[in-house]
Amino acid sequence: MDTTTEGLEREHVRHVFRAMLMSRVLENKLGSLYKAGRIVGGVYLGKGQEAVSASLASCLQKGRDVYAPLIRDQAGRTAFGEEIIDCTRTYLGSVDGPMRGRDGNIHRGRPAEGMPAMISHLGAAISLVSGMLLAKRLRGDMEGVVGATCVGDGCTSTGAFHEGLNSAAVENLPLVLTVANNQYAYSTPNSSQFVCHDLVDKAAGYGVQGHSVDGTDMLACIAVMQEAVDRARAGEGPQLVVASMLRLTGHGEHDDGSYVNAGLKSSELGRDSLEVGKSQMIEHGFSDAAEIEEWKKQDEEAVQQAVAISQKESEPDPYQDDWLAYSNPDLQNR
Amino acid sequence: MSDVTYIDAIHAALDDALENDPRVFLYGQDIGKFGGAFKATKGLQEKYPGRVLDAPISEDAMAGMAIGAAIEGARPVLEMQFADFSSVAFNQIVNQAATHFYRTGVPIPLTMRLPSGGTPGSGPFHSQSMESLYAHYPGLVVVTPATVADAYSMLMESIEMDDPVVYCEHKFLYRWLKSSSYESDHLPIGKARVTRSGKHATVVTYSAMVHEAVRAAEMLQTEGGWEIEVVDLRSVKPMDTDTIIASVARTGRLLAVGEAFPWGGVTAEVVSRVCADGFHLLDAPPVRLNARDTPIPYHPKLWATHRPTPESIAESLRKLLNY
Repeated sequence: MDTTTEGLEREHVRHVFRAMLMSRVLENKLGSLYKAGRIVGGVYLGKGQEAVSASLASCLQKGRDVYAPLIRDQAGRTAFGEEIIDCTRTYLGSVDGPMRGRDGNIHRGRPAEGMPAMISHLGAAISLVSGMLLAKRLRGDMEGVVGATCVGDGCTSTGAFHEGLNSAAVENLPLVLTVANNQYAYSTPNSSQFVCHDLVDKAAGYGVQGHSVDGTDMLACIAVMQEAVDRARAGEGPQLVVASMLRLTGHGEHDDGSYVNAGLKSSELGRDSLEVGKSQMIEHGFSDAAEIEEWKKQDEEAVQQAVAISQKESEPDPYQDDWLAYSNPDLQNR
Repeated sequence: MSDVTYIDAIHAALDDALENDPRVFLYGQDIGKFGGAFKATKGLQEKYPGRVLDAPISEDAMAGMAIGAAIEGARPVLEMQFADFSSVAFNQIVNQAATHFYRTGVPIPLTMRLPSGGTPGSGPFHSQSMESLYAHYPGLVVVTPATVADAYSMLMESIEMDDPVVYCEHKFLYRWLKSSSYESDHLPIGKARVTRSGKHATVVTYSAMVHEAVRAAEMLQTEGGWEIEVVDLRSVKPMDTDTIIASVARTGRLLAVGEAFPWGGVTAEVVSRVCADGFHLLDAPPVRLNARDTPIPYHPKLWATHRPTPESIAESLRKLLNY
């Protein structure tokens, strides 16, 4: 492995790997719970994309920056500082979760804490994050702030992607837009999604800086994300990061992904970023096998505890819900 | 104050909102130095530097930006160049803005201005009335001012509201409608106004059609002494059912008039509410009059009969009165 560790801070790398590991442990549990019929709604996992997701979010500071996770960003959520109980409560239908049963799974968020709650319409978060940055600028609170979101290869085909990135570029906003090109949008392969040589070529069209990275290489991801975030923070405008890897799971747990090309699975793209990351941790002395095993045990216990708490909590009660779509209740049902 | 127009009222409200509240900013196409397609923002960029922002032709991103800014506590006022183009922003408004408070508990204090309705020669894509579409979605407030004073006070109130407001301003009224002042009767959003009192039939309408309905009422007054009550909804959501029902209680007859397309929509909602809550008050089946069920035509001769007119409103009223 020729990845350099130059410029990478030990604690940063450990933070990223721990978020990746936690994400995998948590998502494995979610998969089991889904198969056991315990989940309300669907389950959408980020297996294979942990390095990209956690690297991006690890460069952000909760309370100052904005992070809009998408469908496969459990690792990023954990790296940004989302409590895992937000995840288990939402998936298990607890009324105490951040969405109180009103929205589910990966749609959870805490917008007041800089983490918007995604809608299903792809690309919608790009302009949303930009608007959050714009507001900070308008009130003179922009110094050193970055906003980031992560989309997939499929999103690059939407009008929202085009409008969002172009508008952010026009306003020169500190947006880091990461495209996790996991080769498939649900079952649609790259070949039916776009015909440009490389998605990062789009950066030139928008007049923004583009970065490419092997999304299976944790250390490379950390280095590239750090550079992109630093550049955005320094006022260099939007950054487009394209990370390539293979989705190592179905679109959701309901999908066996049988359409995924076998050749891709055995290619470099098909490497598991968590396994690569583990080797890198050990090889470069960021950790050792025993410590990683200990972390995994801790994570499994923490996940078990979060699941147990969430399962004991009440489901939403239709007779107790206030059923208010307006912050001013006088506007309701009229 | 000398004569002020409906568009003057909108300009004044934007000016005052920017002056009163540092959280307010304007975002839209050509609204900066150019002052907007209808000059609603003329001079405001110079007066409020950095707070009147020109947007690229990206309605989806404009709306998304405004929603994001609203999450952060700003008070964005979004100008769509024409209501018709808000279809490109539809996803952001109905899925992001409208659902946000219910889903997350964080309100979206966004005002989206929609230059709405037909004017002669504007054609299918610069004439639409979108209020019914937006009103269908929980979480949105939809207002349709018909007077100069309402154009001012309802825009101020929209910007002050914590929930997202779709502000439908009628282009036909921009320069034609004049008043001596912006001073209003201070009715809040959610309250309808009895624009003209009567006892023989009620016309419930909104926006530019209020003026057409008043003309029809005057025609019937002259022609047969009929006293037609005209109710201006002012906001289509929330809809002031009480004022509608009270009027129908006085007159026993209902005509609901709207400029939008006939399938469903505001007039259907009015009739539905009156049938459900005031069926016993009706002396005749309620009647609806809307635009024709075709795209909005370009040629003034076609357009003039596509939308309800004083003549067609009067004809509907005659049938209603003779039932």
